[in-house]
Amino acid sequence: MTQTPESTPEPTLKRTPLHAAHLRAGARMVPFGGWDMPVQYAGLKAEHDAVRSSAGMFDVSHMGEFRVTGPGALAFLQGVTTNDVSKLRPGRAHYNWLPGEAGGLIDDIYIYMVAPDEYLLVVNAGNIDKDWAHLQKHLAGHDLNLVNESDQWALLAVQGPKTVELLQPFSDTDLAAKKKNAYFAAKLFGFDVMLARTGYTGEDGFEVFVGAAEAETLWDKLLTAGITPAGLGARDTLRLEAGFPLYGHEFSDTIHPLSSTYTWVVKDKEHLGRAHITAAPLQKLIGLKLERVPVREGYPVYADDVQVGVVTSGSSSPTLGHPIAMALVDATHAESDSFEVEVRGKRHAAEKIGLPFYRGA
Amino acid sequence: MNTPPELKYAASHEWLSPDGTVGISDFAQDQLGDVVYVELPEVGREVSAGDTIAVVESVKTASDIYAPASGTITAINDELSSNPEKVNESPYEGGWLFKMDVTEASADLMDAEKYAETAE
Repeated sequence: MTQTPESTPEPTLKRTPLHAAHLRAGARMVPFGGWDMPVQYAGLKAEHDAVRSSAGMFDVSHMGEFRVTGPGALAFLQGVTTNDVSKLRPGRAHYNWLPGEAGGLIDDIYIYMVAPDEYLLVVNAGNIDKDWAHLQKHLAGHDLNLVNESDQWALLAVQGPKTVELLQPFSDTDLAAKKKNAYFAAKLFGFDVMLARTGYTGEDGFEVFVGAAEAETLWDKLLTAGITPAGLGARDTLRLEAGFPLYGHEFSDTIHPLSSTYTWVVKDKEHLGRAHITAAPLQKLIGLKLERVPVREGYPVYADDVQVGVVTSGSSSPTLGHPIAMALVDATHAESDSFEVEVRGKRHAAEKIGLPFYRGA
Repeated sequence: MNTPPELKYAASHEWLSPDGTVGISDFAQDQLGDVVYVELPEVGREVSAGDTIAVVESVKTASDIYAPASGTITAINDELSSNPEKVNESPYEGGWLFKMDVTEASADLMDAEKYAETAE
């Protein structure tokens, strides 16, 4: 028996401030984007179900945080992103893209407006160095400070329908009153943290920015509050059910980001790589449902006996009980309703399903 | 970790019983996590030890299963098509994968004690 993914051990893996806490919780650790990260604790399905029915927490400290401060911050961010940063207000956050000069995406990111002339960018772990170099390259002429704070912060995502109920007793802030994408300072178990009502699971929840030195104690408090630790395995099945693209799978330096349904991320403004973004995508990202056979990234997708695309993410869906996948297919075939996916030399029927596969309450 | 002494084990975590039944070890099922799909060989197929002849899929990964012996496939566990979780629940009994008419077992198979040491 050999497992295909999750291989290629990397030379020196970085550790988040919660590494010891993961080992104590019985995590199975795997290399991910240069980090030694928990893929699961008790079991993927149990963790997935905890997030759908109650609340789970993910260590996402490996993600990067860049702070942009100064009078030139807004103009700079407007020039390197596709969404309209001028629409943000202090205490609000939004999803955004860093388009490449030659097409594709450098990264997909979240931007939090801290105060006038101050923004926090949260970027994908595997893209920290690339994003940093890219942003540095375009700083010239802008009056601002760009600081990489990635090592200062631990980031915990507490996700699930019972998040507010379970956290409220330990915070003096009225959590239920906070809107989606709110970003605010709060006390949580006596710690000064920044909370954002955001997530990547399709459920309600908060992402918790806490100082690296305090992260482990906070993690232990969250455990005692009844939050289930959940690993990267569940994070991936949850985001796939919720139809969220993942950089390196649905987005990349070469994939046209408007292949996805996230067309709202591109606003009418001037920015880097605008010509590529406004060109019509040649492919479309679709959702597929299979009867029984799980399909995985890289499997060929057929329509009318011709290969028209490839699976970008695929898994058995713990919530729905059948395999689901996202696939990039030729735009000319994207309107078909039925496809086939080749699995180990045999083609299996796949039905096109509108994304997301699952919508939380 | 449960390793019944009457079985022989491959380094790739398959077990072979004296009557030619093949499955995956308790260690393997635990490493895989929740099994959601099993693809089994056709009855009558002749295989050589080390051939890839089945696939066990968990939620996240597909794992190849290698023949622990040369011979002919004589039966497959049909129940796994509707209840693949049997591989997790009962890796040495209800979760067996297939049976073979063994002509020659792989020379590299280990007894339970040795396998238990390597799979720690």
